[in-house]
Amino acid sequence: MMLLWLILVPAIGGLLAWPAERLRPSAARWISLASMVVDLLILLQIWQHHAGPIDITGGGRWVAMLNIPWIPQLGINITLGLDGLSLLLILLTIGLGFVSVVISWSEIGERVGAFHFNLLWTLAGTIGVFLALDLFLFFFAWEIMLVPMYFLIALWGHENRIYASIKFFLFTQGSGLLMLLAILALVLVHRRATGTLTFNYFQLLGTRMNPATEMWIMLGFFIAFIVKLPAVPFHTWLPDAHTEAPTAGSVILAGIMLKTGAYGLLRFVVPLFPLAAMRFAPIAMLLGVIGIIYGAVLAFGQTDMKRLVAYSSVSHLGFVLLGIFAWNTLALQGAVMQMLAHGVSTGALFITVGALQERLHTRDMRQMGGLWASLPRLSALGMFFAIASLGLPGLGNFIGEFLILLGTFRLHPVFAVIGALGVITAAAYSLILVQRAFHGPPRETMAAVPDLRMRHLAVMAALSVAIIGLGLYPQPIFDVAAGGLANLQSATHGVLTLAASDTGSKRAEGGSR
Amino acid sequence: MMHALWLVPAFPLLGAAILMLSAGRLAPRAIALIAVLPCAASAIVAITIAIGFITAPPPGHAFSQILWQWVAIGGFDPAIGLYLDPLSLVMMLVVTVVGTLILLYATEFMAGDEGYNRFFAYMNLFVAAMLVLLLANDLLFLYVGWEGVGLCSYLLIGFWYQDAANGLAARKAFIVTRVGDTGLMIGLFVLFTHLGTLDIQPLMHRAVLAWPHGSNIASLAAALLLLGAIGKSAQLPLQTWLPDAMAGPTPVSALIHAATMVTAGVYLIARMHVLYALAPHVQMAVAAIGAATLFAAAVAALNQHDIKRILAYSTISQIGYMFLALGVGAESAAIFHFMAHAFFKALLFLAAGAITMRLEHHEHDIFRMGGLAKQLPVAFWSFLIGSASLAALPLVTAGFYSKEMILSETWAHGGAVPILWVAGVVTAFVTALYIFRAVFIVFFGEAKTPVVGHYGIRIMLPLTVLSVLAIVGGFVETPNGLGGVRLFSHFLSSVFGHVPLAASATETPLLVVASLVSLAGVALAWLLYLRPAPRFVAWAQTQAVVAWRNFFLSGWGFDWFYDRLIVQPFLYLVRINHSDVIDDVFTGIADGCRGLHGLLKQTQTGRIRWYAAWLAAGSIVTIAVAVIR
Repeated sequence: MMLLWLILVPAIGGLLAWPAERLRPSAARWISLASMVVDLLILLQIWQHHAGPIDITGGGRWVAMLNIPWIPQLGINITLGLDGLSLLLILLTIGLGFVSVVISWSEIGERVGAFHFNLLWTLAGTIGVFLALDLFLFFFAWEIMLVPMYFLIALWGHENRIYASIKFFLFTQGSGLLMLLAILALVLVHRRATGTLTFNYFQLLGTRMNPATEMWIMLGFFIAFIVKLPAVPFHTWLPDAHTEAPTAGSVILAGIMLKTGAYGLLRFVVPLFPLAAMRFAPIAMLLGVIGIIYGAVLAFGQTDMKRLVAYSSVSHLGFVLLGIFAWNTLALQGAVMQMLAHGVSTGALFITVGALQERLHTRDMRQMGGLWASLPRLSALGMFFAIASLGLPGLGNFIGEFLILLGTFRLHPVFAVIGALGVITAAAYSLILVQRAFHGPPRETMAAVPDLRMRHLAVMAALSVAIIGLGLYPQPIFDVAAGGLANLQSATHGVLTLAASDTGSKRAEGGSR
Repeated sequence: MMHALWLVPAFPLLGAAILMLSAGRLAPRAIALIAVLPCAASAIVAITIAIGFITAPPPGHAFSQILWQWVAIGGFDPAIGLYLDPLSLVMMLVVTVVGTLILLYATEFMAGDEGYNRFFAYMNLFVAAMLVLLLANDLLFLYVGWEGVGLCSYLLIGFWYQDAANGLAARKAFIVTRVGDTGLMIGLFVLFTHLGTLDIQPLMHRAVLAWPHGSNIASLAAALLLLGAIGKSAQLPLQTWLPDAMAGPTPVSALIHAATMVTAGVYLIARMHVLYALAPHVQMAVAAIGAATLFAAAVAALNQHDIKRILAYSTISQIGYMFLALGVGAESAAIFHFMAHAFFKALLFLAAGAITMRLEHHEHDIFRMGGLAKQLPVAFWSFLIGSASLAALPLVTAGFYSKEMILSETWAHGGAVPILWVAGVVTAFVTALYIFRAVFIVFFGEAKTPVVGHYGIRIMLPLTVLSVLAIVGGFVETPNGLGGVRLFSHFLSSVFGHVPLAASATETPLLVVASLVSLAGVALAWLLYLRPAPRFVAWAQTQAVVAWRNFFLSGWGFDWFYDRLIVQPFLYLVRINHSDVIDDVFTGIADGCRGLHGLLKQTQTGRIRWYAAWLAAGSIVTIAVAVIR
């Protein structure tokens, strides 16, 4: 039952925050903060007090489980499950949710209650996505997550917000439709094979189907998730959405929501369709490395600072896609680490841009330059996260990228090498950001702007500590993630070894490594 | 005492952290104190450890200290740990001692600068990163230091950020070295994938067991690591960043060139020498790159006007000597030259800084100096001693002994056509020529720029100490003909297992040749630049000669070449795809829908007759289809 509260607390918080605005605008903010804290406490409570791993068929390692009937006629239940993977991502969600509320404190002044309602409902939906183990429920949570985000962009966004929000909505709804069709197809195929109608994740695992069907259904899920991730060529909604969203929206979009795409690939695409996914893996990995390079080249060319950061996300998430389809422990751990580190570092960069925009009323880097002189703290922090983003060893992003490439190298050295080149282009776009905004000759018009205040400073300090911690002492994260990744790998293990023994004779020579 | 090893990198790291977090709240005096003290403390700890190490060597002549487990997943388990053996010990001593002297000097040199605090935060971080690089027991942890020095060089080269040119130089340094770093990273993938660890000592054991002499995989791994070394150590063809790195304050140059950063590549190859021994072709390539670089850079140095650029090219050239030594398997000679070079190059840069800080407008052009010997005696003597050591003037300089050791080892390695040795000797001549060209032009002749100000003790003391070291630092290792002291190579023998050459018949003639070329270089510089013959001056101004001089001035045109080959195409690509061509597909779909909408809208005219006609036409077509089928 505690798992359900993880979703309900932000949802109820949102319902309370909206009317609370009438009392006082800050009441909505406090309610939002409180619901994040309560949610965190619930999560820690679940984590601390779980009585050892829960055994599910197939030897999974789950921290907590919940199963309540919802629409039994259609085999739909409220099935929630928490394992290491979802735990880490929910932790990230709550953390960045907290951060989003804090940084919106002064930025959002209109319709404060409605803003926080949408913010909290997006978070509730996201947490639902990370917990749902019933495919119908998953789709439900997926939609709950997207609609409030549409409003966040459309109502509280910047100049071009209507275009961006509609684009965001069309991309995500289009891909959502594809996912819904794929879910229905999978459920029907499963019913034809076994006679039971169910949306339950565990029952659908290992559904027998012919390779062509498996490939088609897999592709439905795959495209839905890589639009969200986003991977080239479905990334173009992202720069617009990120750029036009309010800062909190960008933080949540980049920090958390993109990870739902990666999570979907991890939780559903590969375990449900292991054979098709493995056949398709080279193409997926190719899309990953294209994303790494393509995103970086585009990031380098941007003059809008927020767009630059947005394109850098395309590059970073390309690493995640690469790591997921390498599907070995190193690469998967790397992908999880990359998700967390990207959430922190890119979130912090969006906060930097937001703070700059609040002060300078522009995101155009051609109007900036030499800000270090007037904004030393903001500039130093901005540079720090730019450097984290270029993958400096000792910070979290490096660990993620290195593990992904290391894990990929043993399977596809060429992809790993091309991916490694992305590290050079990352340096190019990160340093050009630093140069255009913070270095160079100072402009007189910007001499009088105030530096970061306490609230922002505290948030940025916390994020700095997080990114250093991830870089120098990541092992606790790996330990937590290990349980979740074992769940995923055990789901595919049987099928893949069976397939390997079938084709083993053919590949006996090449497979020795 | 050995267990205090972790303090050596920790002190400067702490200093950097304090300076960064206290930004803007400390008085300059306090900053200066926090700037120098941590590094001095590291030096003291390092010296104490060194004494302990020499008097009572730990078992196996190595000491390792695991600080914490960094990552442990699926057989990949790098630790954050330190490893001390004679090699890292020597490097650690040089870095901490020279680093402290440079920092002390900088507290006066940078006095009054707006970013005083920021400067020393970065400098301390720089020293810390270099110490991590040297002491790391695991290649992945080494990589942290490796990229750390790259970052700090970026921050310090671009320290005066208000000038966009400095930012460009800084980015160039970072990105060019990162090209090499990426090679190193891929090298780590190869090593781990095939040997299952990145812990350096076990890695080398496994490499010897798993890979036969000359195996392809060993060569591949060695070549990838070499790419990293070339980038960091500014060797051909990735040397282009170093001359531009002069944009930073002079103490930064001293630190980059003497103690940190550029010697990282030398260290890496020396550290991985077992791997290079397994890959003889790659080792040969190391020597060839070293030989080509040392000559090319010396020729470029001969044509520079900026005093710091002369020194920059001289660094590239001298690191080339170290690569040459590594390539012929004379690792102790390379490390010996690293040490001597650290002393005299730090001295030269600090002396150059001591000159420019006293000239009006901080003049850097040697042709606008002149006659400074009398006006700036301290700078003069320091620079002269540094130059003598760089030019390897016989007997009295550290540079003589280290360079001589490299040349004699190269000769012994040489085979029938000792081309590497010839390159080394010819360049020794050019080296003496170019550095004494600078000496004669800067310090003799008539004065051209007025001198202002004075030196404090924090400038004088480092110059003095380094002057002494640049002279006596070589007496720890002398050729057989000159006493045959072998302290240095014996100390390192537990790492390299390499015994210095026995006395041979060729040794004395070689020694004489090496001495004579360097003296000849000085003599020619005296002839050409102190009292130039009119004919020489006229020749130097002829069109063809000027063209060549400009070619060498630009560093053999590498920047021009890379600009055309890589930078411009990349920028072109960025420009044409600025608005993301893939997005055009989606906006194209949207436009298509809108167009279709427009088209269909045309049919909604409101005229009943048209609607009726359409209805009729549709019915007829439907019926026709039904009938015909």
